[in-house]
Amino acid sequence: MYTQGLDGKIGPVREAETAEEKEREARFQARIDAEERIEPNDWMPEGYRRTLIRQISQHAHSEIVGMLPEGNWVTRAPTLRRKAILLAKIQDEAGHGLYLYSACETLGVERAELVEQLLAGKAKYSSIFNYPTLTWADVGMIGWLVDGAAIMNQVPLQRCSYGPYARAMVRICKEESFHQRQGYEIVMTLAQGTPEQRRMAQESLDRWWWPALMMFGPPDSDSVHTAQSMKWKIKRVTNDELRQKFVDVTVPQAERLGLRIPDPQLRWNPERGHYDFGPVPWDEFWRVIAGEGPCNRERLEQRRRAHEEGRWVREAALAHAEKRRLRDRAA
Amino acid sequence: MADKDWPLYEIFIRPRNGLAHRHVGSLHAPDGEMAIEMARDLYTRRGEGNSIWAVPAVAIAVSSPDDKASLFEPAEDKEYRYPTHYTIPSDVKNM
Amino acid sequence: MAEDRARFEYLLRLGDNSLILGHRLSEMLGNAPALEEEMALVNVALDLIGQARLFLGYAGELEGAGRDEDALAYRRDVLDYRCALIVELPNGDFAHAIGRLFLISAFDFELYGALRESADRRLAAIAEKSLKEVTYHLRHAGEWVIRLGDGTEESHRRMQKALEDLWMYTGELFTPDALDEAMREAGIAPDLARLREGWDRRVDAVLREATLTRPAEGWMQSGGKDGRMHTEHLGYILAEMQFLQRAYPDARAW
Repeated sequence: MYTQGLDGKIGPVREAETAEEKEREARFQARIDAEERIEPNDWMPEGYRRTLIRQISQHAHSEIVGMLPEGNWVTRAPTLRRKAILLAKIQDEAGHGLYLYSACETLGVERAELVEQLLAGKAKYSSIFNYPTLTWADVGMIGWLVDGAAIMNQVPLQRCSYGPYARAMVRICKEESFHQRQGYEIVMTLAQGTPEQRRMAQESLDRWWWPALMMFGPPDSDSVHTAQSMKWKIKRVTNDELRQKFVDVTVPQAERLGLRIPDPQLRWNPERGHYDFGPVPWDEFWRVIAGEGPCNRERLEQRRRAHEEGRWVREAALAHAEKRRLRDRAA
Repeated sequence: MADKDWPLYEIFIRPRNGLAHRHVGSLHAPDGEMAIEMARDLYTRRGEGNSIWAVPAVAIAVSSPDDKASLFEPAEDKEYRYPTHYTIPSDVKNM
Repeated sequence: MAEDRARFEYLLRLGDNSLILGHRLSEMLGNAPALEEEMALVNVALDLIGQARLFLGYAGELEGAGRDEDALAYRRDVLDYRCALIVELPNGDFAHAIGRLFLISAFDFELYGALRESADRRLAAIAEKSLKEVTYHLRHAGEWVIRLGDGTEESHRRMQKALEDLWMYTGELFTPDALDEAMREAGIAPDLARLREGWDRRVDAVLREATLTRPAEGWMQSGGKDGRMHTEHLGYILAEMQFLQRAYPDARAW
């Protein structure tokens, strides 16, 4: 999920200078234009490689950090069926993080380095996971809205020009197809439940609606690298197009539940054939991205703690493998 | 300084008997045995296979894309390797 | 009828063990030493929650009082829980968590193997399914015990300590009480003492390979499976697990 395009900085990239270099870049672009897939050992412009590393690693980090807000409810899931579903879903997210780290490693960067960047607070991940899950309805809302937004983002990425990323996306999209449905089912059950449950559902939608719209990233006008990413087919649909599509499909889903979307300016525009919606609070978005969201600290702290507390285990496993290798050699 | 990660293994899964093992991705594991268990939990959660190979990524020799022309293009003009290259009258059966 | 009641109680033991151990493992989510291991632990937790649903669902049917798996999981307090004490203990460090999983899986491996022959065919079928899952849990946890025992100095020390801490909770698993005896006489459950042999063999083999020392047999804790005296931890587990069902008693569906 979650390729918000959060951070345009990929470091200085040397421009093609010589005729030979320009020629090579033109050949590369021609392959992209012809919908050819780029594979790990193929030549690629440095900017392409770095943009991919940034995007795929942010995507991977988002999966991993994204486990935490839902994980917050695993021990409190209200039925055994819900508990099993939630566990399976969060486990999928860990798996998707791993698929994506794997894809990223094909670009010549080590996972340990990427994880290190995340834990040091130098890497970005989707802003949505810095919001707290306060009630059970939030678990449903994450499935319905957050996974819904993620799927919308990820489906076009199955055709991304970089082979390993596109293949990971195919697998991820297939596995995530139940995530949104289970979320909607939770929200629907609450919306049809007691007045208290209904209140829980509406309150949750009120809190998650705008952060969900922010998941598609800043408006195209402010998005630094959309054009280049589109040209390279690393990104295939713009932030604003995806956001509009999300609003268009989600509004009828909310109506079906009898829930109110917290946007007084929301209305169908028959001329455009789309819903018009109010301004996204972008100042909040930039604050959360900069580290000033409700849970930024807690999320990273938990990942750091798990990493630190697991160090002796990882080392022990390596030490054992080495002992075994030596014993096998001696035998 | 980043930690030393577990070594990288490439994972191959056979979906069912009668098919070949297919590359599905990679993972980090301390050793081969654990790599198989971890591959089971990562790549066969939905019953995707019945056999796993875990190969240390460093053990794989890889052809270079720069050699693509010399390695593969010479195979492109040898139509006589294909049955459609030959003209046989249609009344000749069982061929 | 009295026999149904006894069987109901016996199924609660099986179901509660799976449920509470599954709960403890699910607490490892987001806290495992490696992402790959996180996947493994959640798979184990999922198997255990699945087993709990089958055991408790069946228990509810036998009881015939209209309680389903959720009524049994979410509306019983400490006094009516029937899990062994060992599953209630907090996870502790990874050595403790994986050591516990290993010891219990070795027990469940023997138990479910024997339950396949149960005169209660439905129970036998659940055991058959669960045995496959537990075989993998045992293997995976055992591999870790070996790696931690024969890993670094620190991991060896931690693993040995975990065993020492856990050992006094293993006796309860094998000590039959009146209910175990009644189940054995009815051909529903095996002779617990007989399971011990296989468990000893398996546990000893792993400890040997792990260069760990089997803790001395000594005084053993008990009181979980008969509900006589649980640990203090169980109350907190239930408070957390049952929070929604307790806070919203009018809710009919989730």
